[in-house]
Amino acid sequence: MSTQTTTRRKVANALFGLLAFLAIFASLVTLVALLFDVVVRGGSSVDLQFFTSAPSRIPAKAGILPALVGTLWVTTLVAIMTFPIGVAAAIYLEEYAGRGRWSRLLRINISNLAGVPSIVYGIFGLALFVRLLGLGRTVFAAALTLSLLILPVVIISSMEAIRAVPPSQREAAYALGATRWQMVRRALLPAAAPGILTGIVLAVGRAVGETAPLILIGAVTFVTFVPVNPFEDKYTVLPIQIFNWAGRPQAAFQEISAAAILVLLVLMFLLNLVAVILRARLSRTIQW
Amino acid sequence: MAGVSTAHRPDSAATTRRGEALIEFLLRASAAIGIITTVGIVTVLLVEAIFFFAEVSPVDFFTGTRWSASILPYAFGVIPLITSTLMIAFIALVLAVPLGVLAAVWMSEFASQRVRSIIKPVLEILAGIPTIVYGFFAITVITPLLKATILPDLGTFSALSAGIVVGILVLPLVASLTEDALRAVPRGLREGSYALGATRWETVRRVLLPAALSGIAAAVILAMSRAVGETMAVVLAAGTNPQLTLNPTESVQTMTAFIVQISLGDTPTESIQFKALFAVGATLFAITFTLNLISAWLVARYRNVYE
Repeated sequence: MSTQTTTRRKVANALFGLLAFLAIFASLVTLVALLFDVVVRGGSSVDLQFFTSAPSRIPAKAGILPALVGTLWVTTLVAIMTFPIGVAAAIYLEEYAGRGRWSRLLRINISNLAGVPSIVYGIFGLALFVRLLGLGRTVFAAALTLSLLILPVVIISSMEAIRAVPPSQREAAYALGATRWQMVRRALLPAAAPGILTGIVLAVGRAVGETAPLILIGAVTFVTFVPVNPFEDKYTVLPIQIFNWAGRPQAAFQEISAAAILVLLVLMFLLNLVAVILRARLSRTIQW
Repeated sequence: MAGVSTAHRPDSAATTRRGEALIEFLLRASAAIGIITTVGIVTVLLVEAIFFFAEVSPVDFFTGTRWSASILPYAFGVIPLITSTLMIAFIALVLAVPLGVLAAVWMSEFASQRVRSIIKPVLEILAGIPTIVYGFFAITVITPLLKATILPDLGTFSALSAGIVVGILVLPLVASLTEDALRAVPRGLREGSYALGATRWETVRRVLLPAALSGIAAAVILAMSRAVGETMAVVLAAGTNPQLTLNPTESVQTMTAFIVQISLGDTPTESIQFKALFAVGATLFAITFTLNLISAWLVARYRNVYE
């Protein structure tokens, strides 16, 4: 009797372990299937002509040049805008704000903002930047909208990086007579830099792949030229180009859509690689 | 050079103090952008929604069961958009919650440190893939696969495909938040259970899952919020056909898909359709905001218990 229950318990345990493993395995299979699908479908369309041509009604002649340039424009502007503001906000919340009601409100607000659907940011950007401030459907309006979207992510990850710096670093700086800002600039920021930069690069990666808000900011137009002036020119970005092609029924368009996805994923992979290298480089110099 | 040496001079103390005050002001202003954004979003949605409700009564909007923004006669009853959104979110959760929780249990209780260090980045990669790519995956793989196996009559667009792909998309979120919740359970509880002779499965079922319940619930609700707000995957997989149905094989239109549809066309900004975009956006924001608050409250609860 008791050996029977023991056996049953052991079998149940083994079955559960297997089931839990299968759950993880299913995720791995999905990732492999997704990448396999994109590579098989789009791999052969990625050639030099694909990078140097504008979109066309003939799939074989179509390329991603305007979209790629648009993505690089938007990404660069987003990085430039979110870096100082995100880090400054994180410094304030971690080092200046204390633990009062006001700072609690700020913190709760940031984490709530991180959960707002991206399309809602698009609606906000459309109303504020495109219409109220009259920026029009431009790269600049898109970059402002995406900056607001990733700012909470940048702030949260920078706060974590700052919090990870041991208090002894701060106290040592103060003991040498540093003011608060001197302490932040000379002791805290260098120590927190690897974490901060990694977080920013990853957040910018998110902006690269965002699609929905940019549909509202007007990045859907059929753009056949390379945007030069971010404040005036019409533009498109890679995810929008992918969306545009993916929605068409012809298989040829799906192939170039897959090819554009491939380029987008490689771009994001490169960003991640930068994050990894930055972290390794910067953290080597710090020893606690 | 000059910046370094000024600190020594006695007359520069006032300058330093002023500099410190200026810097603190700048930092504070940066932190306030979050608040400004929230206030801005709420104001924009409310003001524009009021313009819409001047033309369509809120009662008709919230209780109407027919949505037709592009075909006459126009009707703006939001119920079909909400039910479609919830149906897709429900399918997604049915898939993502069991798999995500099991995956989390495996990572936190079964996997060795080495295996976990391989699996975690894979889940992070899955979480980092843009949702437009998942949408593409739905139309090129999931829908054809469903057609070829169990549902030969499935159309190009369906709530089922959308639900499945959104499920795949939120699975990493469920898994990583559940893992956090499981890790927050004190070691003592696990060891107590093993000391009583329990197997791993018994420990998971009788001790860990009950102890981590509020954390898991928070993960599920946050996943639901993500699923409700998900746009690109749903637009590509479920289509833009607003109808009141609970049949997952039908093409439907979610709240987000309607917003995309209006933005894509050349809808005049003064038209009722364009104003409806804001009313639907406000409804979407209210739903996700409420879900996020509940989730944050649940997380705070398990933090209070164990930390």
